[in-house]
Amino acid sequence: MSQGIEVVGLYVRDQDEAVEFYVGKLGFRVHTDARNGNYRWLTVQHPEQPSFQLGLFAPEQPTLDAATVQAMREIVAKGGMPPLVLVVDDCRAACEQMRSRGVEFTQEPIDRYGRVDASFRDPSGNGWKMIQAR
Amino acid sequence: MTTSPGRGSRPLAASASQDPELLRRLLRAKDRMDAASHEEWPVRRLARVSCVSEAHFARSFKDAFGVPPHRYLLTRRIERATALLRDTDLPITDIAFQTGWKSLGTFGRTFRDITGESPGDLRSQQKGTLHELERVPACFVSAAQRPALTIAVSEKRRQEARDINDASEPEEAP
Repeated sequence: MSQGIEVVGLYVRDQDEAVEFYVGKLGFRVHTDARNGNYRWLTVQHPEQPSFQLGLFAPEQPTLDAATVQAMREIVAKGGMPPLVLVVDDCRAACEQMRSRGVEFTQEPIDRYGRVDASFRDPSGNGWKMIQAR
Repeated sequence: MTTSPGRGSRPLAASASQDPELLRRLLRAKDRMDAASHEEWPVRRLARVSCVSEAHFARSFKDAFGVPPHRYLLTRRIERATALLRDTDLPITDIAFQTGWKSLGTFGRTFRDITGESPGDLRSQQKGTLHELERVPACFVSAAQRPALTIAVSEKRRQEARDINDASEPEEAP
């Protein structure tokens, strides 16, 4: 693939905490972690998906003005960001493993329409749906 | 359209900002209601999840999410009942008890007040009309069909009663 989406970013409240979560608990890898002063470009990658990066960005000045930074932090903390979907081979096993690492599940795995799904949140409040691959 | 001044119609303040750390903890209480909307959620229990006092919880939750916690819970129960009516053949009584109501009568009345239809009518109408949404994960479809309960159910009842009384009078231009 030479064309397509390479990076999609999330807003997180703390980038160190986000690395600890996405790498330490979900098993992603750091792809890029570049700093320039206070600015930090941070992306992670699913180990089985080398063509895609998930950006873990902090809403910050001067990219955003102070009021917008505050509004963004509030929206993320209220779970107001759009849904994210993670596909796994075995939803119940993945849930078990992630929970043992301290991931906060908001919905236990349930079987509906022949597919098992569960929900969890990252520490910032971003909500993930975890769905079993067909 | 009539707006009722006074009780419960505090104007939307130029959205005073709230502490994101507090909001994250309030979200946890909202998540817990989502996960078990059939359970009882007194403010004491919710406040404990969010690690705040009861008085602080009720006010902050409404500021954060636009509705008081108990009304939010009601929308989740109705949403879930609607899904069960549509997707299962469970008797309506079972659905009422499974979604947290203690009596079939209260369920039926509240359901009709909020959705405008009785559970039975909604069931016969919705069966088989949602096939185009099959590719959307079920939870998102369900959330999108959550009733928007911007006023209290009791107020909605009063308004509807007024509307019926007003029906004979000519409509005023805005």
